[in-house]
Amino acid sequence: MGEQGTMEIERLYPLPNPDSQPYWDGLRDRRLMLQQCADCGSIRHYPRPVCDQCYSMEVHWIEASRRGTVHSWSVSHHAFHPSFKADLPTTFVTVDLEENVRLVGILRDPEVTLSIGTALQVGFEDAADGAFSIPVLFAA
Amino acid sequence: MSDGLFEKGAITGIGETAYTRGSGKSDTALQMEASLKAIADAGLSPKDIDGVVPYASGSTVAEDFITNLGLPDLRYSATTPLGGASCVAGIQAAVSAVATGLANHVLIPIGRNGYSGSRIGNRVQQMPQFRTIGEYEMPLGTLAPAQLYSHMARRHMELYGTKSEHFAKIAMNGRKHAAMNDNALRQAPMSLDDHQTSRMIADPLRLFDCCLESDGGAAVIVSASERAKDMVRKPAYIMGVAEGHPDSPSAITQRPDITTLGTAKAAPRAFGMAGITHSDIDVAEIYDCFTYIVLCQLEDLGFCKKGEGGDFVSSTSFGFDGDLPLNTHGGLLSQAHIVGMNHVVELVKQLRGDAGAAQVKGARIGLVTGYGDMGDGTVAIMRS
Ligand SMILES: [Zn+2]
Repeated sequence: MGEQGTMEIERLYPLPNPDSQPYWDGLRDRRLMLQQCADCGSIRHYPRPVCDQCYSMEVHWIEASRRGTVHSWSVSHHAFHPSFKADLPTTFVTVDLEENVRLVGILRDPEVTLSIGTALQVGFEDAADGAFSIPVLFAA
Repeated sequence: MSDGLFEKGAITGIGETAYTRGSGKSDTALQMEASLKAIADAGLSPKDIDGVVPYASGSTVAEDFITNLGLPDLRYSATTPLGGASCVAGIQAAVSAVATGLANHVLIPIGRNGYSGSRIGNRVQQMPQFRTIGEYEMPLGTLAPAQLYSHMARRHMELYGTKSEHFAKIAMNGRKHAAMNDNALRQAPMSLDDHQTSRMIADPLRLFDCCLESDGGAAVIVSASERAKDMVRKPAYIMGVAEGHPDSPSAITQRPDITTLGTAKAAPRAFGMAGITHSDIDVAEIYDCFTYIVLCQLEDLGFCKKGEGGDFVSSTSFGFDGDLPLNTHGGLLSQAHIVGMNHVVELVKQLRGDAGAAQVKGARIGLVTGYGDMGDGTVAIMRS
């Protein structure tokens, strides 16, 4: 049991379904894949079955630019599960991608000074136990 | 603006267990104990309860209340799955039920072993409201509300110059009021230095920006107003009540404006229904899972404009004898985390004139909020 606000939480793994499998497969193959509406062309994230602009359920997947800018960030000094302890402190960054959707990644570049609008690029790494791959971030 | 549910219902009974860290009781027992206290406070028998709104993220269903309390004819049940906004959303459901004659006396119970109970995370991906972040964000290690909400706080600080010292004032205010409350877990004084040197959890949120984890139960009874006027307690009439969901409700990071909560949609509806303005509010019990979330709600409720929360916090006194008495029980930050039902109970006590040492003199109209599930906001305005 934790002190105030620090209760341990179960480790979570992605549970890909037909809507999200191409995203996770893409990360494993070192490609950032996003859903694009096959009817109106809107790009959406996180993956889901319906386009909220035109209600089409037809979708194709595009490979994203991997370029973006900082929208916000947070630096975790407490791991809410033991498997993340070795990685502390961990900087999680919310990035505005060029494709006009956002992505959360872990900053892996100690040289970056964060502020809103800082340019970053998306890279990839395998999660600690190799079960899946995640987006990470570097200076553009 | 529609007057909707204006004064169709009232809170006629309140009940709380002891708030502890280690209750030695089951979640169900905590809920039943609080429910029996609320029913007795209202001067009712369990046989009079014909509606129940159990906590959607909790461990009980309406059937448990029939079984334990011997309810002879439960006619109305519903759940309001909005996380920490559920209790006030439950009031909206209950008033809807009594306004239409579906029920006369609706019980809204909550209770859990939030400290000593089992870990909360193992169900996260099975809960539809967390499925999205459970799939795309939590596997990276950003698991806890403190981590997820800190992105909102950081952006607010960067855009508007909001400071950790503003968060500290909210934490210190809760602690000051908790020290005046016998049923509060944290009583030791908190200085600005205590706050600023408390352990960093998810920068910019420090330990003292985070709510407690605690065990306990609380419950209220909502009755039809025409019945309430003849009951034993001075009713707290519900003048306005509303819920609001933010854009991209399931993922903060995809929200067009991550510094705005569902509260911004709910507040104009609640104030419109109540027919009052902010200067009419004598006391405010604002859901305080994190200090930043209070500051953000003050903006979204309309006490100040978006971005002015820091200045508003600096220039406003929040003590029970101040400009805007705030969280006069100590809140989730320093009293206990009873999912905001402790805020509802405290507002009713204030409107009855029963709030003890932190009683706001002459409190006649008050506001209570709920907030949860990554951005849902609820608002209720009551009068004595
Ligand atoms: Zn479309």
